Amino acid sequence: MSPESIPKLARGMKLREDKARAQWVVLGPERMFVPDEIALEVIRLLDGTSSLAAIADTLAARYSAPREEILADITTMLDDLAAKGVVTT
Amino acid sequence: MTAPPLALLAELTHRCPLRCPYCSNPTALTRPGEELDTATWSRIFAEAADLGCLQIHLSGGEPTARRDILDLVRAASEAGLYTNLITSGVLLNGTRLDALAEAGLDHVQLSIQDAEPTSADRIGGYRGGHAKKLAFAHLVTEAGLPLTLNAVVHRQNLDRLPAMIDLALALGAGRLEVAHVQYYGWALANRDALMPTRAQLDAATATVEAARATHRGRLVIDYVVPDYYATRPKSCMGGWGQRFLAVSPAGRILPCHAAESLPGFDFPNARTTTLRAAWDTSEAFNRFRGTGWMPEPCQGCARAEQDWGGCRCQAFALTGDAAATDPACSLSPHHALLALALEASDRAGEAFTYREPGREPGRLPQPVPAPPLA
Repeated sequence: MSPESIPKLARGMKLREDKARAQWVVLGPERMFVPDEIALEVIRLLDGTSSLAAIADTLAARYSAPREEILADITTMLDDLAAKGVVTT
Repeated sequence: MTAPPLALLAELTHRCPLRCPYCSNPTALTRPGEELDTATWSRIFAEAADLGCLQIHLSGGEPTARRDILDLVRAASEAGLYTNLITSGVLLNGTRLDALAEAGLDHVQLSIQDAEPTSADRIGGYRGGHAKKLAFAHLVTEAGLPLTLNAVVHRQNLDRLPAMIDLALALGAGRLEVAHVQYYGWALANRDALMPTRAQLDAATATVEAARATHRGRLVIDYVVPDYYATRPKSCMGGWGQRFLAVSPAGRILPCHAAESLPGFDFPNARTTTLRAAWDTSEAFNRFRGTGWMPEPCQGCARAEQDWGGCRCQAFALTGDAAATDPACSLSPHHALLALALEASDRAGEAFTYREPGREPGRLPQPVPAPPLA
């Protein structure tokens, strides 16, 4: 994935609140992912129009954190989620 | 307090146009007149969501043989469940599929019997079925629904696994389930005709591993191994009464869909018992929960909480005792039964006892008494 990529949840993947376990989950065919706090925040920003670079900008502003570091981190995270079939570009 | 289940398997009906000899339904099939009605199923779906289930698998038999399938999909979706339809695909046209998508269907899992049409139709016992399935797969992707292909594999189709993987890619499936037959019920009656050879198993495992790497990011491949060649048992259902529950066409609430074949159980019925009561307090769900019930060699085994003693239905089918260690474990005193079964299948022919209502399989292997402990 590059800074210009526009990631979104893959077809069939849904972010849902799991009230019984007080958490959020991504549900897909015969699978379920429990994103950690950071992954959840990134997944919520996957609106199908924002690029990876734009998402890094948003997070950098929100946390006053170094943008390049964030971009590197979320690229790794989303590459991993893409390999698992959770997100797509 | 017991942790809540993650998924409900709703076996809506045992009616099915196919006659697969490895069908996971019990050999005593439920008659249509005994099936739960729309309102009861809808209540069950709401109870499942309330209990903590996140996913529902609408299965059967063939779930679309139910005339109210549209209402049932809508009820499951409105309950907030991730709704998966497990289907043979031979009964639905495009209009009806679009209506299901509209009603909130999240995902379709389509079974195939082989990659080669003549063999596929013979295994499914339904002429023209394979062609209908291919047409149906196109309808699924046209409707914008995610598609999983489910290939049950065994001696008579395993050599064409690479072609089945190609088929999954060609049909636009995002996921492929390669499931070796598990031997209970109908499959146990057909074990001699279905058991793969060791060479086939090794080739299949290598094929899956290579395909996973080649198609990473495009096709997810889930692989269910045959435990007759194993030395440790599978973690069946992730442990009895720990992650899943099933409801049979007649409303019996079960820890797994095959459990109905176990004798000596009074399974609660959803007509009169809530899923929560069945899950939390019924004797049936508590009998094999956790590790307290375990015999030696499971008791105290380092893997007791990994494989949970294996599969209760397989233990019963092979030893006559549902509370025995799964014979798939090499520490089981019955482990040699598996080698005997492999030897028998080596010499066996390819004829099937097809799954049909009212047909009692004639050659179910008889439970063998345990050899004396050394």
